[in-house]
Amino acid sequence: MGTIWFCIVAVMLAAYVVMDGFDLGAGIIYLVVAKTSADRQRIHKAIGPVWDGNEVWLLAAGGTLYFAFPQLYASGFSGFYLPLMIVLWLLMLRAIGLEFRHHIENPVWQGFLDVVFSVSSMLLAIFFGAALGNVIRGVPLNQDGYFFLALWTNFKVSALPGVLDWYTIMAGVVALVTLTVHGALYIAIKTEEELSLRARAVAVVLWPLQFFLTCSSLAATYFIRPQLMNNYENHPIGLLVPLLVFASLGVMIWASPKGKEKLAFVASGTYITAMLVGAVFALYPVVLPSSGDPANSLTIANSLAGEHGLRVGLVWWSLGMVLAVGYFVFLYRMFRGKVRLEEPGY
Amino acid sequence: MARKIMDSALLVHRLHFAFTVTFHYLFPQLTMGLAPLIVVLKTLALRHNNPRYDEAARFWAKIFGINFVLGVVTGIPMEFQFGTNWSHFSRYAGGVIGQTLAMEGVFSFFLESAFLGLFLYGAKRLSPRAHWWSAVAVCAGAWLSGFFIVATDAWMQHPVGYAPSPGGGLQLASFWELMLNPWAWWQYAHTMSGAVVTGAFVMVSTGAFYLLWGKWTEHAKLFVKIGVIAGVIASVVQLFPTGDGQGRMIALHQPVTLAAMEALFTGQPGAPLVILGQPNVEEKKIDNPLVVPEMLSFLTYKRWHAHIDGLDAFPKDQWPDNIPLLYYSYHIMVGLGTIFIAEMLVACLLLWNGSLYRARWMLWILMLSLPFPYIANTAGWMTAELGRQPWLVYGLMRTADGYSKLVSAANGWFTLLGFFGIYTLLGILFLFMLRRTIEQGPEGEVSHPPLTAGGN
Ligand code: HDD
Ligand code: HEM
Ligand code: HEM
Repeated sequence: MGTIWFCIVAVMLAAYVVMDGFDLGAGIIYLVVAKTSADRQRIHKAIGPVWDGNEVWLLAAGGTLYFAFPQLYASGFSGFYLPLMIVLWLLMLRAIGLEFRHHIENPVWQGFLDVVFSVSSMLLAIFFGAALGNVIRGVPLNQDGYFFLALWTNFKVSALPGVLDWYTIMAGVVALVTLTVHGALYIAIKTEEELSLRARAVAVVLWPLQFFLTCSSLAATYFIRPQLMNNYENHPIGLLVPLLVFASLGVMIWASPKGKEKLAFVASGTYITAMLVGAVFALYPVVLPSSGDPANSLTIANSLAGEHGLRVGLVWWSLGMVLAVGYFVFLYRMFRGKVRLEEPGY
Repeated sequence: MARKIMDSALLVHRLHFAFTVTFHYLFPQLTMGLAPLIVVLKTLALRHNNPRYDEAARFWAKIFGINFVLGVVTGIPMEFQFGTNWSHFSRYAGGVIGQTLAMEGVFSFFLESAFLGLFLYGAKRLSPRAHWWSAVAVCAGAWLSGFFIVATDAWMQHPVGYAPSPGGGLQLASFWELMLNPWAWWQYAHTMSGAVVTGAFVMVSTGAFYLLWGKWTEHAKLFVKIGVIAGVIASVVQLFPTGDGQGRMIALHQPVTLAAMEALFTGQPGAPLVILGQPNVEEKKIDNPLVVPEMLSFLTYKRWHAHIDGLDAFPKDQWPDNIPLLYYSYHIMVGLGTIFIAEMLVACLLLWNGSLYRARWMLWILMLSLPFPYIANTAGWMTAELGRQPWLVYGLMRTADGYSKLVSAANGWFTLLGFFGIYTLLGILFLFMLRRTIEQGPEGEVSHPPLTAGGN
């Protein structure tokens, strides 16, 4: 039962990163690729109907995490208190920048909201990457299973780290580049002509960087936490995951310059998923490693909710997911195709 | 002394939650209240071939959209705070309330957000009937989300369906007991009808504004009419049966809360209902009282001479810790509720004999009533939450045991101040957008992205 819910939460988080990832990415490249006001409107139209739905994956994943692993939710959220609050503020600013632009006609304020939207998208990508970095590196859990992290201490990976150290910052940069490429590919698909070409160029230009960062982050992870290799040694089948990572990178470099953006976008989604699965596979059955005494680590077993609740949950969760996936298929079908400005919103 | 209070992490976490949730609830109440009214407008548009209904629906959808964004961005912090600020509570009770919170995410937020995208952006891509369905789905999502969150709160007020778990916390013992918690259903009915009061007043007040201004009068009459009809129904339902039902739940399960809400310091048969007066906790009496004798006994037990326990019947460590604020919140809610019923009945009479649209004095009253449903709803929640004190989960966990012990008061103040700042900004932006949308009127199409040169 624990393993099932572990996988469910991981899948939901991956769905969040892949889906909200492209609208975050669209925000990151926004100021760079959208030269005219019409371009900016096109990007808005490309993500306007879907971004809120995408963000709901974060909430649903969070709710499911709370439901299945209350202990992990309690320690993780209180321990990452400061960065989470900052993430909340960024999510708010981003939503404002995104949604209120078309309620304000004045170009001065529109320009301001554009910057708010883009910068907060960028910082969010970095924070999400750093969050994953923290979970891989481990946190100073005490015997009760709680901790509290400062934003930074000395930027070293030590037993008493901060949220930001060289490793987590690196993870943040990986996420930034990855989501930038992901969003650029989405915009390339959804728009036409110059805007589309500029977006595609972003993806092509960043590819070498993405490749370099992938390699060095994997090396760095091995360097700070060699024990993460254990699961791979015991179950070599897991090595398919890193293989998938590199295969999808390969597809991306082949497909993007040729204008096969859809294929490249799928590959980018696969890349993101594989990176996450790789991390989760390595951690299992730990859900939050301790950076000090390994006995304090939170595992599936010691943070799981009660049996009856989990059993009932399986029923409604499956039902809910069928419905949710149905809505999303419908939503994306309704808004498929390139965005055109002539079609007004409601 | 003052220093000690300001240093208390407990206090900061309570203020943190109270401030953010009170701000959050300013938006969902309009979402939930307006959604069914928009469905009514869309239904009228489908039935009658009159563009006015569609224009009206589009106008309210615009306001709904702005309001929804605020609801979403202020709602996300609420979910986080269970973990960030109330981690000991989450570890203890997460095995039970995780159910309702996760179901809210999985069932209602997806429904609501996916269909809102369709509703706001899909008018031209969907058939009128499909567009009507998307409005219904948004409404259903909002109402479902209201249910799950209220069921969560109701469980904290009146815990059911749980069992101790080996780790020292609670786990779910019966799913259906949790879902069918009688407290939850009364509370849900009352909260939803309170939301409709807000939705109706906002609609009426906008209509009254247009009529007084002499602009878009045809739309305005429609707003006033629909709003007054919805408003009179919801206001009455607020008192009976839902408010009454909630009161009986409290009398049954939280008698000490009832005594504190009414500031009944000594128990007595035939207890009076205090209409006005200030509770004096030190001397255990009401200053400047204005009372209706025996009324409280009647309202609670339907018998004039029923005995009602006063605060003296309970040990002091069970008393809610802020009795004056609790008492005022409750009386503000009930007082405003009574006024709403009267106001809406008069408006309804005028509507019925056809003079409402010309009765400027009444239009002024209706227009200026806009803030009061918000005040009543906020006061209602303050009653519920202050009345629950000193418990976080009634009878099981004290508020003082539930907050995040490792998050210091200083960090709490830091983020609370951050929220003050951001919410002030959000509030200003919201009012600004609202004013602009209302002044553009229901025919204003300007807000569509104008096609600039180089389009396509
Ligand atoms: C427009 C808003 C509004 C209005 C006019 C009223 N209420 Fe209310 N009331 C609420 C909005 C509300 C609420 C915000 O929806 C609350 C807060 C928590 C809850 O369950 O509903 C609430 C709670 C609430 C409670 C529960 C408090 C607790 O749980 O401790 C009682 C007993 C009443 N109400 C009773 C009444 C009565 C007798 C009213 C007479 C007219 C009334 N309310 C009007
Ligand atoms: C239905 C969902 C809700 C849940 C699960 C909930 C839960 C909580 C929790 C955990 C606390 C902090 C602990 C405490 O002080 O008791 C709290 C306090 C508070 N909440 Fe709620 N709340 C909900 C809705 C609301 C709403 C909508 C409002 C206001 C409009 C509100 C007003 C307050 C206030 C004023 C406090 C502070 C009470 C105090 O600290 O004495 N709550 N609530
Ligand atoms: C502690 C209490 C609360 C939590 C954790 C919470 C959580 C949330 C979250 C995460 C969202 C954003 C959903 C999205 O992205 O679509 C939201 C919006 C919403 N909430 Fe709350 N909420 C709380 C209190 C309440 C209360 C008391 C109600 C109503 C009774 C309510 C009703 C809604 C509704 C209808 C929405 C949809 C968006 C909107 O209406 O603007 N919430 N809430």
